[in-house]
Amino acid sequence: MQTSRRDFLKSTAFAGGGLILGFNWFESVASKPVAVTAAAPLNFNAYLSIGMDGIVTIFSPNPEIGQGIKTAFPLIVAEELDVDWKKVKVEQAPLDTTRFERQTAGGSGAIPHSWKRLRVAGATARQMLINAAAKRWGVPAAECTASQSMVIHTPSGKKLSYGELAQEAAQIAPPTDVKLKEVGSFKLIGKSIKGVDNQEVLTGKPLFGIDFYREGMRFAMLQRPPAFGLKLKSVDATAAKAMPGITDVVTFKNNVAVVGKSTWEVKKAREVLKIEWEKAAELENTADHDRIFKELMADNSKATVRRKDGDVEAAFKNAAKVVEAEYQCPFLPHNPLEPMNFFAHVREDGVELVGPTQTPQAARNDVAKLFNIAPEKVSVQLTRMGGGFGRRLRTDFALEAAELSSLIKAPVKVIWTREDDMGGGIYRPAVRYRFKAALDKDGNMIGYALRGVGMNTANSTREDNFPSGCVPNLLIDTAEHKSPITVGAWRAPITNFLAFAEQSFLDEVALAAGKDPVTFRLELLDKAKNQPTGAIKYNIDRTRKVIELAAEKSGWFKKRKGVHLGFSVYYSHASYVAQVAEVVVQKGKPVIQKVYAAVDCGVVINESGAKNQVVGGIVDGLGHAMYGNLTFKNGEPEQRNFGAYRLIRFNEIPADVEVHFVNNGIDPTGLGEPALPPTGGAAANAIFKATGQRLRNQPFVEQTDILG
Amino acid sequence: MAQYKLKINGRDYQADVASDTPLLWVLRDHLGLVGTKYGCGIAQCGACTVHLNGEPTRSCVLPVSAVGGAKVTTIEGLSENGDHPVQQAWDELDVPQCGYCQAGQMMTAAALLKKNSKPSDAEIEATMSSHLCRCGTYHRIRDAVKLAATKTK
Ligand code: FES
Ligand code: FES
Repeated sequence: MQTSRRDFLKSTAFAGGGLILGFNWFESVASKPVAVTAAAPLNFNAYLSIGMDGIVTIFSPNPEIGQGIKTAFPLIVAEELDVDWKKVKVEQAPLDTTRFERQTAGGSGAIPHSWKRLRVAGATARQMLINAAAKRWGVPAAECTASQSMVIHTPSGKKLSYGELAQEAAQIAPPTDVKLKEVGSFKLIGKSIKGVDNQEVLTGKPLFGIDFYREGMRFAMLQRPPAFGLKLKSVDATAAKAMPGITDVVTFKNNVAVVGKSTWEVKKAREVLKIEWEKAAELENTADHDRIFKELMADNSKATVRRKDGDVEAAFKNAAKVVEAEYQCPFLPHNPLEPMNFFAHVREDGVELVGPTQTPQAARNDVAKLFNIAPEKVSVQLTRMGGGFGRRLRTDFALEAAELSSLIKAPVKVIWTREDDMGGGIYRPAVRYRFKAALDKDGNMIGYALRGVGMNTANSTREDNFPSGCVPNLLIDTAEHKSPITVGAWRAPITNFLAFAEQSFLDEVALAAGKDPVTFRLELLDKAKNQPTGAIKYNIDRTRKVIELAAEKSGWFKKRKGVHLGFSVYYSHASYVAQVAEVVVQKGKPVIQKVYAAVDCGVVINESGAKNQVVGGIVDGLGHAMYGNLTFKNGEPEQRNFGAYRLIRFNEIPADVEVHFVNNGIDPTGLGEPALPPTGGAAANAIFKATGQRLRNQPFVEQTDILG
Repeated sequence: MAQYKLKINGRDYQADVASDTPLLWVLRDHLGLVGTKYGCGIAQCGACTVHLNGEPTRSCVLPVSAVGGAKVTTIEGLSENGDHPVQQAWDELDVPQCGYCQAGQMMTAAALLKKNSKPSDAEIEATMSSHLCRCGTYHRIRDAVKLAATKTK
C-alpha cells in the first residue's frame, strides 16, 4: 500500500533474467506487445511478467470497487495465456494514461471495453512462449500447444514450463495474428473464481483508501455548508485552534478545514468551530419538491420532447381505454460503507494523490487544472474502495484534499464522517414520472406517453428503451427543476427508478387490457419485431429470451396457492435482466420470499463474481425501493447517519435469490448495475397481486403500513 | 492526554491519547491496526466490531478509557494464519464484494459460533442483522456462518 511507484517496478523486476512482457491492455494490443528483458528500460507499466519461477504477474488497471474487476480482468488474460491460475499474482496498477485507456469504474463498461484487448494480450504472450519452445526443440510451432503454464510438443510429449521458457520468449518478436480460443473451450472463464484479494480482505490488511497512512501525514476534516443553498460568512476558529492535536484551521471556498494529528482530535475540534452561514440560494424543502413536480408535470411549455412517433393525440382520442399513473422517488445518498476520504501531498515538483476513486484520470485532470500544472505532474495511486455506487465518479473529495495540502504545505488525509458523507452528497435525483397508455378495444397498446420531471436532470428518461419501438404512437418528454441540491450518477443512473416506474405501469396496463403481464410484454416485443416503430436500441430476441427464462424458472404460468408472482424486465448498460418476485402473505403482511433472475450479460466471466453482483444488485434495488429516503428541510438533509437513514439489513432480504445466466457466448457486458433496475418493479407487482395495493412511490414503507 | 496500556491480540500496546478517544481510532490512527473499519461512528453498522474479552463490541463508541485490562481481539488477531473457521468459510463462499464490512461481520460471527456452535437460522439472523453490508452480501454471509459452524469444533 505504501510502496512507491519505483518500489513496485523494482519488485516486479525481480524476474531478473525472466521475461517481462510489456503490453498495452487497451490499444490495439496485437501490434503493441513488446518483449523486453528485465534489464531493458521499463518505460511502461501495463504488462504481465513471467518470472523464472513461473509466477505470472498481471497488472489490473481498473479501480476495484467491489465489482470484482481485479479478479475478472486477469482471469481473461490468464484464460488465453493458458496459465495455471494458482501461479498468477495480480497487482493493482496506478493511473497511467500513456499505457491505459479508461481506468474507470462506472457504467458497467470495463468488461465490454476490454474483453478483446485482454484476450489478445494473453494469447500473444502464449504464442511467444510456444514459439520459444518450438525453437528450442527444433520443431514447428504448430505441433506445440500450451496448457497449465506448460508448453507441450504434442507428437513427442515433451514439455517445458513457462518459467523455463521466459527468458527465450523475451527474444521472440510478438506475433500479430494470434488466434483466440473458441468461446466453448474456455477453462477458466465461466468458472467460479474467488476474489484475488480475499485473503487480504479477510485478515484486515490495509487495502482501502481510509487505510492509507504515511509518516508525518496530517489528518483533516472539513466543515462544509450544512445545507444546500448556504455559503460561508464568517469563522471563529479560536477555540478549535486551542484544542489538543490541532495544527491548522484553514478556510477555502466554502470549507473550513480542521487539521491535526489524529482523526478523533480533528473531529472534536471541528465541533467547537463557530461558523456563520448565509443564504446563497433557495433553501428547499421536500414539500417544495412535491409541489414543483406537480407544476412541471402540468406545464407543457416547460417540456422538451425526447422522442415522438406517430400521432399520440389521435391515439388517445380514439382509445377504447386510457390508463394513467404517476410515480415518484426521493433523493438518495450513495452511502458506500467506506466514507469519502483522500490523501494528497502537494510538493514543489508535483502532486501525489492516493485514494478511493472511480475516475482516477478525472481526479488527476481536475487537480492539475486547480494548480494550473501539467496532468503528468499529478500521480494517482488506486486503492481498493469500500463501495462507491457512483459517488466516487466525482472528484470533489480529491480536489479538496489537494487544495488543503497546498495550503498547509503538508501531506494530508481528508476524512469524511458518515454525517459528512450522507449530508454532503451528490445524490440520486428525485424524479416524478407520468405514464399514459391508450388501448384499443382488443387491449392493444396503440398509444404511450411518458413525461419525466427531475431535479437537476435534463433527461430523466431513456427514450429509445423498451417499450419504444413497440407502440405506433408514442411521446416521451422531460422537464427539469434546477435545484441547489447537487445530484449525480447513482448505481444505474436514471434507470434505477425509471425501470421500476415503467415496469409497474406496464403491469397496470396489462391488467387494464385483461392480459397476463408476461404475455403482454411478449406481445409488445412481437410488435417491435414485426411492425417496428422508430429506433430500437435494445435487442428484441435477447429481451424475449430473459423474459421466457425468468417465466420458466419461476413457474410463472403454473399457479401456486398462496404464492403471488410479480414480473419485471429491463435492459441497461448493455445487459438484459428479467426478474420475478415471489410474495406470500404472512400475518397479513406481504413477504418477498424469493427473487428469480434471468440474466443475459453474454459470456459469464467469473460465475461467483457475477452471481455476487446480481444478488447484490437485487438486495440493493429492493432495499432502496423499500426504505431509501433522503428528505430536506431548509436545504438541509434530514437523515445523516444510519440511525435515521434506513439501509436494508440481513433480516429484510428475500430468503432466496435464484440466478440464471443465459450464457449465450456473445461478447460479455457488465454486471455492476444491470441487476438493480428491474427489482423494485418485480417486488411492487408481486405486492400488488398479493394485497391489491399499487405502490407507485418510493420508498414503499412510506406508502403503506402493510410492509415492515 | 494519558497513557493507556492495551492488550490486543495477545500483545501489549501503549497509546498516548485523550481519554474519550474511541478504541476504533486508537487502533487505526495510533497502533496501525486498520483492519477494524469506520462506517458510522454511532454503533449502527458494525464495521468497527472487535472482541472485548470475547464479546463482540463496537469500538467506535467505546472510549479507550473504558477498555481497562480487557483483552481486545481485532480481525488481525482473529487467527494466527487467517484460517479461523469463519475466515475459511468467507473465502470458500467468496463472500466479499467491496469487503469493507466483512471484518466486522466476521468478528460478530466468530463470537456467535464460540458461544453457540450450531446456531439456528433465527439465531444467525438475529445476530447478523446488527451489521450493514452496503453491497448486499447477506445471503453469502448467512451461508458462510453456517459453513463455519460445520468447521467449528
Ligand atoms: S463504525 Fe462502529 S458501528 Fe459503524
Ligand atoms: S462487502 Fe461491501 S459493504 Fe459489505
